[in-house]
Amino acid sequence: MAVELPTWTALGPTLVFAVTALLLLVFDSIDPDTTNRGLLAGTAAFGSLAAVGLSAWYLVAGTGEEPISLYQNTIVVDTMTLFFALVFASVTTLVVVASYDYMRDHSYQAEYYALVMLAATGMTLMAAANSLAVVFVSLELSSLPSFALVAILKKNRGSVEAGLKYFLIGALSSAIFVYGISLVYGVTGSLLLPEVAAGVAETDLTGVLGIGVMMILGGFAYKTASVPFHFWAPEAYEGAPAPVAAFLSSASKAAGFAVAFRVLTVAFPIEDLVTGAAAGVDWVLAAQILAVVTMTLGNFAAATQSEVKRMLAYSSIGHAGYVLIALAALSGGSDQFVLAGGMAHLLVYGFMNTGAFLFIALAEYWSVGRTFEDYNGLATRAPFACVAMTVFLFSLAGLPPFGGFMSKYFLFAGAVRAGFWWLAAVGAINSALSLYYYSRVVKAMWIEDASGDFDIESKPVGLYTALVAAAVVTVLLLPGFGSVWQFATDAAAALVA
Amino acid sequence: MWIEALIAVTLASAAAVFLAPNKVAGKLAFALSLLPMVGSLWMYSTYEASGNALLAGSELAFETNFNWVVAGPYSLSWHVGLDGISMPLVALTTVLTSLALLASWTPIDERQSQFYGLMLFLEASLLGVFSALDFFLWFVFWEMVLVPMYVLIGVWGGPRRKYAAIKMFVYTNIASLVMFIGFIALVFGLGDSVTSLDMPAIAQALRAGELGSLGPVSAGTLKVAAFVAMFAGFAVKVPVVPFHTWLPDAHVEAPTPVSIMLAGVLLKMGTYALLRFNFTMLPEVAQNNAPIIAVFAVVSVIYGAMLALAQSDLKRIVAYSSVSSMGYVILGLVAYTLYGMGGATFQMVAHGLISGLMFMSVGVIYNTTHTRMVSDMSGLASKMPITVAVFVAGAFGYMGLPLMAGFAAELFIFLGSFGAFAGSVWFTAAAMFGIVVVAGYLLFAMQRTLFGEFEVETDYEVGPAAFHDVAPLVVLILLVILLGVDPGIFYDMIQNAVDPLVPATGGGA
Repeated sequence: MAVELPTWTALGPTLVFAVTALLLLVFDSIDPDTTNRGLLAGTAAFGSLAAVGLSAWYLVAGTGEEPISLYQNTIVVDTMTLFFALVFASVTTLVVVASYDYMRDHSYQAEYYALVMLAATGMTLMAAANSLAVVFVSLELSSLPSFALVAILKKNRGSVEAGLKYFLIGALSSAIFVYGISLVYGVTGSLLLPEVAAGVAETDLTGVLGIGVMMILGGFAYKTASVPFHFWAPEAYEGAPAPVAAFLSSASKAAGFAVAFRVLTVAFPIEDLVTGAAAGVDWVLAAQILAVVTMTLGNFAAATQSEVKRMLAYSSIGHAGYVLIALAALSGGSDQFVLAGGMAHLLVYGFMNTGAFLFIALAEYWSVGRTFEDYNGLATRAPFACVAMTVFLFSLAGLPPFGGFMSKYFLFAGAVRAGFWWLAAVGAINSALSLYYYSRVVKAMWIEDASGDFDIESKPVGLYTALVAAAVVTVLLLPGFGSVWQFATDAAAALVA
Repeated sequence: MWIEALIAVTLASAAAVFLAPNKVAGKLAFALSLLPMVGSLWMYSTYEASGNALLAGSELAFETNFNWVVAGPYSLSWHVGLDGISMPLVALTTVLTSLALLASWTPIDERQSQFYGLMLFLEASLLGVFSALDFFLWFVFWEMVLVPMYVLIGVWGGPRRKYAAIKMFVYTNIASLVMFIGFIALVFGLGDSVTSLDMPAIAQALRAGELGSLGPVSAGTLKVAAFVAMFAGFAVKVPVVPFHTWLPDAHVEAPTPVSIMLAGVLLKMGTYALLRFNFTMLPEVAQNNAPIIAVFAVVSVIYGAMLALAQSDLKRIVAYSSVSSMGYVILGLVAYTLYGMGGATFQMVAHGLISGLMFMSVGVIYNTTHTRMVSDMSGLASKMPITVAVFVAGAFGYMGLPLMAGFAAELFIFLGSFGAFAGSVWFTAAAMFGIVVVAGYLLFAMQRTLFGEFEVETDYEVGPAAFHDVAPLVVLILLVILLGVDPGIFYDMIQNAVDPLVPATGGGA
């Protein structure tokens, strides 16, 4: 290109989100009681679409192939940063578009959209963080708005209680996380990830370092809703407005994994800490335990639920377990492949899981009810939405015609290739189990006769648009998996050679 | 790009029908289904290929092959093509779908656009199964079949439809996973000698003996274990006794057009996959264990026929008879001779047409009388002569009357299996006895329901069926006779694809 852009433009998606958030706050201060929902939702949607476009453009143009360091190397923009920015921006767009209808009668419209944008800013920054300080700040930047978003239905006890629970566990996890950072800083004398790596290679204080790493791992477990910091998730997702639950379970979780991938592989190199001669802090082993426990617990709990939203919440814990395989199967000799599998799964998951929660949002909008039985016969009333939901559920279960099959297959194949066939086996068994509870919803929608007397008098355009877009992408990700995989392997290459 | 066009047109039609209002969905679906039908018949008439799709030195018709996802040793490709085994099955799928759609007009009276949309979606998946040549792509289509089938039985089926739909889904899905594991174990066992999941590449490597050991498992054990896993997986689909229990439930509960697709095309997926995977990729395991597999085949033939004999529901009789007929296909495959395998493939097509015909005529009878119980009716011939005539003709086809498709198929199979391996004479003789039982139950059922004094225990008026109900029956019976009179229409093509599979020194004819 003839025009050389200044390097800070590489952070484009993050900046777009931040500016949009500020713009929304400006609108709100000019006219605090505005009823112009279109302007607010439109601004937010435009902003997140711009972020989608920017990150996609950068990815295709190869901006991140040579990592760009910014601000004394505390922030780095590489293919992985952009890959995850694309995930966050896509999810945010879907959520914002769907919120236009869902938040119709609620107050705090401008605040709502501004908080979503701020959380998205934090997430994109998480993917770019190259220093433990930035990691912490960006993690908080994405968490704090999330607490408020969960509790935004101020008059709904469930929402407020969920927000409080989420906040308390979040605060505890942050404390643990930041203490872990301080221990690591104490051992290595630096916060920059590459310098931390150099420090841990030489230190004798493996005991302190080990405690620090495990505490940091705990922080990630919280953000990704993995065992043992998972129990906030079903409560929060259930109490939160459904679009917010979609946002948290898809984007926020992916952000947790993005930062976990980078921090663990770059700052605590596998060859020094896990497999090398001086191996002391085996975080890969910890990830293996977490992966197995998380997916098994999530899936079994999901299978016993009687409410669809709670089932999805637990199933999203199960999916965190699948992605943990990407960390757990490292050091097996095909690190890049395994990591790429995890990242690709997060991208597909971003669409299929968001879509599923948005369908819940639609059901809440219609006041259909919460249990499986309440969904009986929904397909006779709203066939298109039910087709979309069927696509999401079967894709989450990993049935072939959809994107979820591809990403799961590559994830498990990567684990097998790295020699961790037992991890793949546990994942496959869990996947088979998951088909049971996902198909319960499909059965209720399509096969059971309608029992509830729900009233579908309107078909909200925004929710439908988001739903159909997510479904179309979920299907297209199967034929289009080639390019996703290309970007995912490039992104993984930024972390492990 | 013709195969892609065929699948794409069918998928687009499915979407269009799904969006159409209920009132016009049936007619629109039938009209749109003529496109893939004409397309596949045109492909058939211009078909030019030689050899077997999985073996070296073959030339495929309408082949496309390009990389889809490249991921180190796991590269996947979009690889489709037709040989003499798949071309007839593709044609069978499109013809039978169109006729089944026509047969849906009367029985399907609610949520039509969803029903017809799903039927066309099913057709597209089936076309994919029979034309895909990359394992991954093939598996995508293979599993894609399950989703519409599950809903079709579960929503539009009989009183126990939910149970039948779930049972079908669980059985066949678990079977697919068992098969998947078996096949993937083979791929891992091949190690670096294959760089993709391309079925021809894998088949050739396996036949060339490049399979190594996998961990502590030796190559020989791995071969047998994978063969068993794949056989078990496909046997459920066929279905082979004792894996057949899902089928009668599914058949009885499914609405007529879905039964037609199930018996006519879906069961062929199982035997087609057995032929492509077990018998093409691991021929020596198949031949070494021929007597064991033949036991499964013969038990299916005899036991299926016996079960049919014991039924009092006309549809159940036809359903169990499929178990029996598919047993012949297994017998033909295990013979591993030119006639045996050719006959098996021929039987897939023949049984597709005949069983479709039988289910359709049972459906027409049910639409008019609202009962399927043999004991509830007699003397239908006097009220609905054309339907009954076609039913009788179809039954004769089933029994293997000469000049009908079933005769040609069974003759080839018996010729091929007679003396093909140690003890095969006895197996063939036992299977031939199956024909007697088939003739027995069909004649017995016809005598009680169709002939004699007219009497039906129902409140409905019994009269001739509507034109659109009878027309597909007539088309089918003409096809059955055409194939019986001139088996060469398909058989030369099939033989050309089967011939390279059979070792030069094979036994039998």
